[in-house]
Amino acid sequence: MNKLSLMGLFGLVVRRDLLLAMRRRADVLTTLIFFVMVVSLFPLGVGPEIDMLRKMASGVVWVAALLASMLSLPRMFSADYADGTLEQMMLAPQSLSVLVLGKIVAHWMLSGLPLALIAPVLGLQFDMSAPALWTLVLTLLLGTPVLSMIGAIGAALTLGLRGGGVLVSLLVLPLCIPVLIFGAGAVDAVTSGMSVASNMSLLGAFMLFALVFTPFVAAQALRISME
Amino acid sequence: MLEVGNLACSRGDHRLFSGLCFTLQPGQLLQVQGANGSGKTSLLRTLCGFIQPDEGEILWHGKRVRDLGEDYYAELLYLGHLNAIKDELNALENLQMSAGLAGYTISEKQAVSVLRRMGLQRREHLPVRVLSQGQRRRVALARLLTSDAHLWILDEPLTALDVGAVGLMQELIGEHLSKGGMTIFTTHQPLQVAGVETRQLTLS
Amino acid sequence: MAINWFKYAAPTTFYGLAGKMIPFFAWPAAILFVIGLYIGFFVAPTDAVQSEAYRIIFLHVPASILSMFVYLIMAGYAALGLIFNTRLSSMMAQALAPTGALFAFISLWSGALWGKPMWGAWWVWDARLTSELILLFLYLGYIALHASIEDPRRADRASALLAIVGSVNVPIIYFSVKWWNTLHQGATIKMSGTSMQIAMQQAMFAVLAACWLYVIAITLARVRSIILEREANTQWVNDLPEVKQTNGRLS
Repeated sequence: MNKLSLMGLFGLVVRRDLLLAMRRRADVLTTLIFFVMVVSLFPLGVGPEIDMLRKMASGVVWVAALLASMLSLPRMFSADYADGTLEQMMLAPQSLSVLVLGKIVAHWMLSGLPLALIAPVLGLQFDMSAPALWTLVLTLLLGTPVLSMIGAIGAALTLGLRGGGVLVSLLVLPLCIPVLIFGAGAVDAVTSGMSVASNMSLLGAFMLFALVFTPFVAAQALRISME
Repeated sequence: MLEVGNLACSRGDHRLFSGLCFTLQPGQLLQVQGANGSGKTSLLRTLCGFIQPDEGEILWHGKRVRDLGEDYYAELLYLGHLNAIKDELNALENLQMSAGLAGYTISEKQAVSVLRRMGLQRREHLPVRVLSQGQRRRVALARLLTSDAHLWILDEPLTALDVGAVGLMQELIGEHLSKGGMTIFTTHQPLQVAGVETRQLTLS
Repeated sequence: MAINWFKYAAPTTFYGLAGKMIPFFAWPAAILFVIGLYIGFFVAPTDAVQSEAYRIIFLHVPASILSMFVYLIMAGYAALGLIFNTRLSSMMAQALAPTGALFAFISLWSGALWGKPMWGAWWVWDARLTSELILLFLYLGYIALHASIEDPRRADRASALLAIVGSVNVPIIYFSVKWWNTLHQGATIKMSGTSMQIAMQQAMFAVLAACWLYVIAITLARVRSIILEREANTQWVNDLPEVKQTNGRLS
């Protein structure tokens, strides 16, 4: 019997959540399909003028990404809560924060990362230019982890509540607004020929800031919700 | 050594128990008794630190468990009503995962032999989904064999178990106590460990 | 003279104390409100550019200021409750939330009423209005979370955590929105005229003070109801004269 290091625990949790998701693929796919559908609905709503679509593309993709990641949030802890695994996690002798970080990373790999990868295809529907597409992917890669991290706090706070799914969006969406502004703003900056450096560094700063605080706060939220 | 002093706990407005005191020495076995809703599960969950007591102290080797935090968890094994096993994983994976969450790794060989002792031979690679309730409980109980925690807190460990498995449980607890471990449990079925006196704590 | 503050931190004693304190805040609030609005509407001169429409700022500005302050105070009380496990602080936080949300709403409403004659639209995506809207969302999230958890202790602690996270986020949100606004709209709409008349200042401060006192009075009143609600099963509540009377009438 060997002691497990912190990194070992982190890796174990990520592997475990990915393995579980692979054995229940439908959940991952629904998020992705929802994302594609919402983005594709916009032209139907506002009309097919390509100039307007090009202008609003970044905002539409970002808002859809925001909504899609909200959709998968309630699942972050609920299955573990229902079958008692979460109780065992609370008793993990290393660090609940690291464990939560593992779950956040796994959640991002299953929700944020696929969204970022499929976004260029959707961008083509809106006739986005190549630099704009690249920037879009990059901002999504920087921004979606923050959504997962802030979302983890909301998911932990609403654990086991009736109507928790809607509630978690209500709590988390306002907190995600800065990410939306700078994520979509970076793409706009590229299309209007400005530098994206400030947007990107702010998104990066958000991510680091969230990385430092959110796992701990989400862990505290879990302890509150488990009582 | 676990010391509990003047413990009080309530759920919502309802006071479950107050002024609860007991100590548990190495090698001792404590059964928590009481009618449904008397707070047995709440007591066990309070001892695990899930619930903050309204009043009183819980000391582990003379230090407050709240201050010990994760050092206390390393000495603790809790088995609740819920099995904490995943339907999508097989018995082997489940055992290795729960060992990982408890902070240690076990080899596949070790896991197989533990599952065999729990009477799950040739079930190691089946998804837990297809196992019976009793067999799932056995998968959950297999954790007891891989852990080196000193304090076992078992909430209704015998639920869904057949006679053979109950015998096995008694044997496991006996081994644990003889190694200087401690066990607190609740049950509605008789559980006797040979050569050990079962202390009773009744909640009213 | 040493005052035992902890004595007043117990809901039992605070209930009576709050009841005695309310009139001392409620009456000055009402009087200052009347004075402030009188100066604002009748004494303060008409603005050269905005004519009479500007007068809504005497309500709009104090409401906006208070909606932000109340959130911070609420988060502060929530944090106290979370860290020191004092029940009264959590109750104060819970009691402050609806008032804060009300001020955020008044601020938006009066902003819209002001915006129509000023900018020709009920709503413009002005940085301040947008942040105010997000602040209202934060309040609503806090209230919704507190309301959907049945166990009061978990509700207090969970919503306290949310309030703290929110208060850390408020400046970030504010500056993001401001930045977004300058990028998209060029110049932000500014108040015309940099110097304020003495009468305008007086009106503004009077209404602001009135709103402060109102917040205190209404929060104390709400805390009293929360205490009654949570302690409904205890002996001291049943011994209160007002409760006894009602019970007597009911039975």
